[in-house]
Amino acid sequence: MHEIIQYILSYLTSDKTPGAAGNMFWALVYIMLVFAGLSVAVIAMNWLERKILAHMQVRLGPMRVGPHGLLQPIADAIKLLLKEDIMPAEADGFIFWVAPFLVVLAAFTVFVVVPFGPTHAVTDMNIGILFMLGVSSLSVLGIVMAGWASNSHYPLIGALRSSAQMVSYEVAMGLAVVSAILMTSLNAEGTGTLSMIGIVQAQMAQGEWFIFKFFPLGLIAFFIFAVSMVAETNRAPFDLAEAESELTAGFHTEYSGFRWSLFFLAEYSAMIAVSSIAVTLWLGGWLRPFPNWLSGGTWDQIFNFFPGVTFLFFAALCFFNTVRMPKHPLFRVQTIGLAGFGVVLGLIGLVLLYPPVSFRIQDIFWFSAKVTGFMYLYIWYRGTFPRYRFDQLMQIGWKVLLPLGLGVLMLTASVALIQEYLIKTWHL
Amino acid sequence: MTEAKTSVSHLDLETHEKPFLDANELVINMGPQHPATHGVLRVILRLDGEKVLGLECVIGYLHRGVEKIGEHRTYTMFNPYVDRMDYVAAVSNGLGYCETVEKLLNVEAPPRAQHVRVILTELNRIASHQLWLGTHALDIGAITPLFYTFRDREEILKIYEKYCGARLTTHAFRIGGLQYETYTGFEKEVKNFLTFFRPKIDEYEELLTTNRIWVERTKSVGVISAEDCIAFGVTGPVLRASGVKWDLRKAQPYANYKNFDFDIPIGENGDTYDRYLVRMAEMRQSVRIIEQAVDALPEGPIMAKVPKVMKPPPGEVYHSIEAPKGELGYFIVSDGSTQPYRVRVRPPSFVNLQALDAMCRGQLVGDVIAIIGTLDIVLGEVDR
Repeated sequence: MHEIIQYILSYLTSDKTPGAAGNMFWALVYIMLVFAGLSVAVIAMNWLERKILAHMQVRLGPMRVGPHGLLQPIADAIKLLLKEDIMPAEADGFIFWVAPFLVVLAAFTVFVVVPFGPTHAVTDMNIGILFMLGVSSLSVLGIVMAGWASNSHYPLIGALRSSAQMVSYEVAMGLAVVSAILMTSLNAEGTGTLSMIGIVQAQMAQGEWFIFKFFPLGLIAFFIFAVSMVAETNRAPFDLAEAESELTAGFHTEYSGFRWSLFFLAEYSAMIAVSSIAVTLWLGGWLRPFPNWLSGGTWDQIFNFFPGVTFLFFAALCFFNTVRMPKHPLFRVQTIGLAGFGVVLGLIGLVLLYPPVSFRIQDIFWFSAKVTGFMYLYIWYRGTFPRYRFDQLMQIGWKVLLPLGLGVLMLTASVALIQEYLIKTWHL
Repeated sequence: MTEAKTSVSHLDLETHEKPFLDANELVINMGPQHPATHGVLRVILRLDGEKVLGLECVIGYLHRGVEKIGEHRTYTMFNPYVDRMDYVAAVSNGLGYCETVEKLLNVEAPPRAQHVRVILTELNRIASHQLWLGTHALDIGAITPLFYTFRDREEILKIYEKYCGARLTTHAFRIGGLQYETYTGFEKEVKNFLTFFRPKIDEYEELLTTNRIWVERTKSVGVISAEDCIAFGVTGPVLRASGVKWDLRKAQPYANYKNFDFDIPIGENGDTYDRYLVRMAEMRQSVRIIEQAVDALPEGPIMAKVPKVMKPPPGEVYHSIEAPKGELGYFIVSDGSTQPYRVRVRPPSFVNLQALDAMCRGQLVGDVIAIIGTLDIVLGEVDR
C-alpha cells in the first residue's frame, strides 16, 4: 500500500508527462481527464455553434431548454440515446456496427499526444506529430466503411467523396507540417523534433511562433494547413461528404440515434484535434502571448489573472442576462438556472484566481483559448461560405495547395540551410 | 412452349444490350423526399461517378387536379384555387386568372384597381424572387442568405395580411377589380417597404455576387442557349438570362404596365450566374415599378360592373402574364354556362422544368442541385 502511494506521489515532483515518466496511474487519470474534457468541449461546441450561427442569421437559436438553451445539447443527447436504433435490412451488419466506433476511436486517440502544457499531456512521443496525422487519417477508413456498409447510394457517394477529399488534402497538409518541423531544427542545439511538446519548446527557444518564422513562409504554411484542416474534417465550405442539399446527409444518411451521435462526436473532436495541431505547430501551443518580451515576475502575475478573469467575465455576462430575463413566473426557473450557472462560473473564476492554481492552469487556458479561436472560425466559415463543388475542391487541393506546399517546403529548407551555414561559419 | 422461348430470347436480347450491372453507371433516385428538390420533385439521375449522364423528372406527387376542378366550379368560385398552384406567387396567379375571365366577359377593371393590382403583383414578384434566392443559395451551401431573405419577405407578407387577411394564398383580386379598398396607410407602408428593401438587395448581393465560391459554383453551370430556350418553351428569367429580351409586361402589356417605366434586365451567357443576376436586377426593377404605381395611384372605383352570376358568351380565350417564374397562361373555354367548359393552365415552372435534362447533361451532381434551384420551380405549379 505504502509503495503504491509512493508510486503515485513520485510523479508529482516529475517535470515530464505521465506517459514519458512511465507513471501508469497518472496516465490513466490524464486519459480520463482528457476524455471528460473533450466530451464537455463537444457539448459546449454544439451549443456555441447553434447560438453563434443563429445570431449570424438573425435568429435566436435554442432558447427553450434551460436558460438561453444551455441544456439543449443535453436534451439532444438524451433524445439520441433514446431513439430507435435502425439498421437497414440490406446493410452489412458488422461493418455498419463497427464503422462509427472506428471513427470515434481515431478521433479520440490522437488526444494522447496533444500537449495542453509542458506536463499536461498523456504522453510525449518522439514521433508525436506523425502519430497524430497517422491516427487521425484512420477516420477516413471508418467513413468509407460506413458508406459501404449502408448499402445505399447517397452514403456510398458521400464516402467516396470524403475519402478522395481527405486523401488529397492530407498531402498538402503533410507538406505544411513538414515545413513547420524543419523550423524546429533551428534551435540552439540544431536538432529538430517531431515531439509535440518539443515543437512548442522550440518556438519558445527561438523566441517566435512559427507562423511568423521566415515571414511569410510560416504564414503560408499555416494558411495551407488552415485550409486543408477544414477539408480534412469535412466542414463547410468543404462539407461535400455530408452535403445536405446534395446527398441528404452523406455517409451517415442511414445512421440514427446513438450511432449517429458517435459520428457527430467524432466530427467535433476531429475539429478540435486538427485545431490543436495548428495551434501547436504555428501558434505556440500552450505559450502565453509574448513569453519572452514580457517576461518577469510582474508580467507573469498579470497573465496569471487571465483565466480567472475570463471566467468572471462570463459569470458577469450570465448575471447581466439574468437581470434582462422576462419578469414572468414562467421564466422563474430559467432565471434561477442562469443565475446559478453564473455563480458556478464565478466560483470557478475565483478558484482560478488563486495564484498556485492559476500558475498550474495557465498553459491549459492559453491552449484552449487558441483552439476556441479556431472553433469560432469553423462556425464563421459555415455561416458565410457556399459549398465548393467536388472538382473545384480537388482542383484547390492538387493544383493550388500542393504546389504551394512544395514551394514553401523548399524555400523553408533553403532558408534554414543558409541560416545554419551562416551560424556555423561565422557564428552569427 | 414456343411463346415462352421467344419471350426468353427477347429478354436475353434486352439484357445483352443493357447489362444488368453496369459498373460505369449509377442510378440514383433523388426525391421525392429530398432537401433540395423544392418540394416533391423526383429526379432519376444516371451517374458516371459524379458526372450526370442523363436524368428523368418524375412529377405528379402534388397533383390535385386544379384544371379539372375548374370545370366544376363557377368562374368566381374557381378564383381561390389558382392561388394554390404557385403558392409562392399566389397574387400573380390570381391576376392572370382574373384578367383572363375579364377578357372573356369583355370588361376592364377600373384604373385604381389596375394600379393596386400592379403594386401587389410586383411585391409578389419580389417575395417570390426572395424565396428563390434564399433556397437557391441554401442548395449551393450558403445557409445565411435564406434567413435574410425570409426576414425581408415577412414585410411583404405583412402588407398582404393587412390588405386581404391572408399571407400566402391571398385571393387578393376579384374578377372585375378588387373586393377590398386599400387600408389606411397602404401607400405609406408600401413606400416604407421600398426604402427598407432597397439596401437589402445590396446586402444580398454583397454576400453572393462577388463571392468567389458562389461565382465558381454558378458560372457556366447549366448553360442553355437562347435557341434551346425557345425550342423548349422556356420563359421568364431563364429565357432572359440567355439574352432574349422577352417580357410579357413589355411585349404584350396587360394590367397597365405600359404606363410604367422599367427596363428588362437580360443576361449573356445563359448560365446560373446570369440567371442570378437577372433576378436580382428584376427585384430592383420591381421596386421601380411599385414606386411609380404608388405615386400615381388614382382615386376612383375599384370594381367594374360585373354581373352577379357570370355567364360569359361562348368562346375561348388565352391570356398570359409575366409571372415571377415566366409566362403564366390561362386558356378558358366557355360554353355560355356559369362554369368554364375547360380551364387549361400554362404554368411556367412545368415548361421550364423540361429543360432540366438538357441543362444537366455532362454536369456534376452538385450542379444538378444548383440547376434545379436556378430554374425556380414550384411543385404546386408543376403538378397542379
